Amino acid sequence: MINSIIPSLRAYFSPSYDWIPKATSNLVANQPLSLRYGGKLLLREDIELDDTTFDTLCRQSYFQMIPALEQYLSGYRCKRCGNKTQHLFAKFACARCGNSHHYCRKCVEMGRVLACQPLYYWTGPPPVWEGCDDPLLWNGTLTKHQQLASSEIAHAMEKGRAELLTWAVCGAGKTEMLFYGIANVLRAGKRVCLATPRADVVRELLPRFRHVFPKTTIDGLYGGSEDKAGTGQLIIATTHQLIRYAQAFDVVIIDEIDAFPYHADPTLPFVTKRAAKPSAAMIYLTATPRHNQLQRIRTNRLPVVFVPVRFHGHPLPVPTFCSCSRLKQTLATSQAPQAFYQWYYNRKEKERQLLIFVPRVDLAERMVSSLSANLSVSAISAVHAADTDRADKVQQFRDRKLFVLVTTTILERGVTFPSVDVAVIDAGHSVFDQAALVQIAGRAGRSPDDPTGEVVFFHDGKSEAMVGAVKTIKAMNKKGEQA
Amino acid sequence: MHCLWCDKQIIVEVTWDNFLYPDKPKKLCIECKSQLTKITGAICKLCGRKSEDEQCKDCERWGGNRQWSKVLSFNRSVYSYNPMLQAMIAKWKYRGDYQLVEAFQTDFREAFKQIVRACPKDTVVVPIPLSDKRRYERAFNQAEALTQLLEVPYQCLLTRREGEKQSKKTRQERLSSTNPFQIIEVVRNPIILIDDIYTTGITIRHAAKCLIDAGCPTVYSFTLAR
Repeated sequence: MINSIIPSLRAYFSPSYDWIPKATSNLVANQPLSLRYGGKLLLREDIELDDTTFDTLCRQSYFQMIPALEQYLSGYRCKRCGNKTQHLFAKFACARCGNSHHYCRKCVEMGRVLACQPLYYWTGPPPVWEGCDDPLLWNGTLTKHQQLASSEIAHAMEKGRAELLTWAVCGAGKTEMLFYGIANVLRAGKRVCLATPRADVVRELLPRFRHVFPKTTIDGLYGGSEDKAGTGQLIIATTHQLIRYAQAFDVVIIDEIDAFPYHADPTLPFVTKRAAKPSAAMIYLTATPRHNQLQRIRTNRLPVVFVPVRFHGHPLPVPTFCSCSRLKQTLATSQAPQAFYQWYYNRKEKERQLLIFVPRVDLAERMVSSLSANLSVSAISAVHAADTDRADKVQQFRDRKLFVLVTTTILERGVTFPSVDVAVIDAGHSVFDQAALVQIAGRAGRSPDDPTGEVVFFHDGKSEAMVGAVKTIKAMNKKGEQA
Repeated sequence: MHCLWCDKQIIVEVTWDNFLYPDKPKKLCIECKSQLTKITGAICKLCGRKSEDEQCKDCERWGGNRQWSKVLSFNRSVYSYNPMLQAMIAKWKYRGDYQLVEAFQTDFREAFKQIVRACPKDTVVVPIPLSDKRRYERAFNQAEALTQLLEVPYQCLLTRREGEKQSKKTRQERLSSTNPFQIIEVVRNPIILIDDIYTTGITIRHAAKCLIDAGCPTVYSFTLAR
């Protein structure tokens, strides 16, 4: 009794992946199928083979069945998405098997996981990629700091079984630092995954990587992407897409490990960890590590490499505080505070576009009209997460067709505008945590042509996050000076 | 309770009313619920859609066609088929998130009680069936799931041959398609058909025609969305 309880409890709290079967030995190679299904954990519906072919492959152990829902003393865990929130398992009378059983509601958008249907894992010969002599076609140069980080990353990737956190300030040029490391592992015929929280980043990175790695097969996966197969040697994907992979990659790079979905949704760490081989190198990229990562750094359990200076060598703009009296009342009438207008008319560089962050969606929309009346500019717009024209408006702002953009925290990271000043209205609001504020401040001074920019926090009482953000930025700048 | 749609926790404020007479647990949070629009006020007498005219344009087109005009006595629906309901039905039916059906229970039952008053006492409830292939794919029949919400006896009198998905066809293609339904058992009672969506009405009319031809006196229908 007790012998069964203890492993069950342990497995419940820290997921293990020993249920993933090993490759069957002595099977005849079948490269097309290996490419298509190697490292994948799939539902029958995802496998585009007819029943006879599929049954034969199963009998020969090219595919192995894995029960989809794992049962513990206290309930279920979905082996595909790692869900163990019990109210996200629902019971129904299944017309396939004729019994009443559970299914997972958490990952139902990616195809339904039923208790009566197994998952299938490819246990045939693993896919083979011809090692290619020089996969990297890039003649850019790295700064001193980038070079240092780049070689550390390359070393960790080669060594395997390692973790490395790359703590690089916003605008450090993280992507370029990955090139040499990735080139090395591709040369060795290994498989690489770059996971990022957002689909627009995948769309942006895909052409860049295809350009510098012209001989490598690269797939971009995100919800609604044309590529569905995901058979490439290098996969660039939103983290959610890794739900279909298990022990597939020799190197997993997680971009923006501190970003919202990754640290809030337990599914994502679960699937990324599963997608990596036990011998894989995990590379994390971030400008603003979270508490748990900082703790692991402090106790020497997570190796870290700093890139404290932006690629153009200038320090990060340090935010200034501006206290506003009666801020909440002013905002209730959808007006911007008086102090904001004062600052606006006394800006040093009046040519710079203006990015205004507000804490709430409705405020963003309502503030546009009062701003356009008071600023005597008409090219003002607002964006938020549910905005269908979001990509459009961001592009217009980039093309300088819009002069002022009012936004919620959705534009806090990942977007680059060459020359902007940044204002945060009600910076003490709880949606602006320290990481968010550091990221927001990082929107200014991105371009080598205009490497400075003003960042102003308008507030009615300093928050710990605001003070913390300034402290981190100053610390990074200091580190940059010393090095 | 967590909202079945957005998974936010639903916290009910305790008042004397619900302290003394506890409400049924809510399945949707207030924000999600408010995005579903119930059909109220003036409706088309025939198909049950929101309409100022006694008979909407759609139904006039049906009326002109002798083959179809007398097949269905009337249809009534609970909600307008707006983007929110479209998204919910897509996740429920096509993605297969069975449990979402509970989100509709209260409204669906209430509306049914109203409708059934207008029908004769001996009316039999019949869900629209799925073809075997489709039923295997979805692992449940959405019309039957809705019928089960009503907690009334029902009979499965029809079977359905495999055809193209209705939702992938144009109106013209739907009208000219052959009747996919066949009757299993003949009853001489009036019948109320249950389905998820009434779009052009062709599915319901095909089923109704099948029943009328077999000798049912009248056929009504009741759907979740119109």
